[in-house]
Amino acid sequence: MPNLSSAELKELLERELPGVLQPTRPRTQPAEATASAEPARKPRKGEEGPVDLLATDDAVVAADRLVDVALFLRDKMGYTYLSNITATDYLADGVIEMVYHFYSLEGGGPAVIKVRVPRDAAEVPSLTPHWPGANLQEREAFDLFGVRFPGHPFLERIYMWDEFEGHPMRRDFPKQGDKYLSDDDEV
Amino acid sequence: MLKTEELQINIGPQHPSTHGVFRMIVTVDGETVIDLKPVFGYLHRNHEQLAEVSTYIQSMPYTDRLDYFNSMANNFGLALAVEKLAGIEVPQRANYIRVLMCELTRILNHAAAVGFMINDMGAWQTPLVFAGREREKILDLFEMASGARMMCNYFRFGGVVRDLPPEFMPLLKQLMQGLPAFFDEFERLLRENEILRLRSEGVGILPKEVALSYSVTGPLLRGSGVPYDVRRAEPYSVYDELDFDIPVGSIGDVYDRFLVRIAEMRQSYRILQQVIERLPDTTGGHINPSMASIGRQKALRPPPGDVYARVETPKGELGFYLVSNGTARPYRYKVRAPSFVNLTPLGDMCRGHKVADVVVILGSIDIVMGEVDR
Repeated sequence: MPNLSSAELKELLERELPGVLQPTRPRTQPAEATASAEPARKPRKGEEGPVDLLATDDAVVAADRLVDVALFLRDKMGYTYLSNITATDYLADGVIEMVYHFYSLEGGGPAVIKVRVPRDAAEVPSLTPHWPGANLQEREAFDLFGVRFPGHPFLERIYMWDEFEGHPMRRDFPKQGDKYLSDDDEV
Repeated sequence: MLKTEELQINIGPQHPSTHGVFRMIVTVDGETVIDLKPVFGYLHRNHEQLAEVSTYIQSMPYTDRLDYFNSMANNFGLALAVEKLAGIEVPQRANYIRVLMCELTRILNHAAAVGFMINDMGAWQTPLVFAGREREKILDLFEMASGARMMCNYFRFGGVVRDLPPEFMPLLKQLMQGLPAFFDEFERLLRENEILRLRSEGVGILPKEVALSYSVTGPLLRGSGVPYDVRRAEPYSVYDELDFDIPVGSIGDVYDRFLVRIAEMRQSYRILQQVIERLPDTTGGHINPSMASIGRQKALRPPPGDVYARVETPKGELGFYLVSNGTARPYRYKVRAPSFVNLTPLGDMCRGHKVADVVVILGSIDIVMGEVDR
């Protein structure tokens, strides 16, 4: 029953499909136990720097090799169930990150694959030809974040109406004063 | 010379049988469906962006409104995700109360879902109201425990908001006495109904080989014969201590899904029996003492990181993907809604059937538009 941790997954990918992994800054574990063990207090000025949101222990894969990695996970490692496709907009770092969670039918934890693309040219190959279940979630990422998926059979807006301009869940989409909401409206 | 043409018709968004505001653009040749294109977005309420400007606990009432039939199960998903992110322990009693609420929700939902499915077949509201009698008793229990029938907002990070009142258990035991007879009568009324069997057997088949590639979950997947249930695959809370089976269907048609739902209600009853038996002996309180005050809930600042946690709601697998940047508000909050992904095979399941079957197939997927559109 495959139950790979993220370190094992990265090692496996490096061994079987060399060159797919991209370098990332590892996430350092906090020294103290948990957020609930100590009362929350505001960090003192200058004591804690900006949070490095892109630091991760999960496997980050180059965008053009995503399909190879996904098919490898499905055919060789038994991760046949693609559960979740998420897009996250990291405005400060200028990337949009796509996160994929794969699970195996026998159970166990996920195989997490991340893909990072620049915000102004966000293109990730579509997984829909291999997993029809990726169809709607990729359309959602396109509609709300503006990520294009070459290979998707029907990449149209899904929540917003067809003539809508802009991608609403991007962090720089104005909450006030865009052409659909006048300045008098309450948000 | 007779010339036939394909016709594109609109089912919805305002239609009594579409389970909410949901539009389907159906291309028909006569009465047979050639193609079906679902259109979403009529109930898009921007849930994910609201969560980015709210603290974690402020999102909890919003999760009630995601799948508005099963508010307890939605709360469970968010509580699990934040507890995983922040590393909060949940005491044993709180876990058992959570499982109790979740399984009651499952019975509630499946009774209503089967009732709605038969409503879609043309039996009007009689089976729905019949199932509604048991549903009302369960809703009374929810009102007793949490204060509200449907939008319960009962879970908190670290447990539940308050313990069960003393009147809860006697009423629950009384309900449990009546449930097996209800299941038997419901199943018999429907198995022996010729019209129901004719309209549901062989309709809307989702073959086993492709079911998993559609990323569907819940009774839709299990009706096709794939025994995947998050409670067994990645056990959370106290499900690994409880004894229950996963019912599966064989063919994957509408009739199988309806049988799977009735069988799941019986398994939920079995889980409830075990929970009621063990609840008096559990340790701990109804919430982790360090998280008991509302001030602590509001001030929760999980360490930076991301997490994906999932629960098995009655509709399927509900997942929450959270990214924290160390502040009190999540950086990214995504809901992986089961009804949304379960709608992927709708077009393929309906191809070749009649227009009336489209409504029945949609009913058998059991969607809630609050989840689909968020």
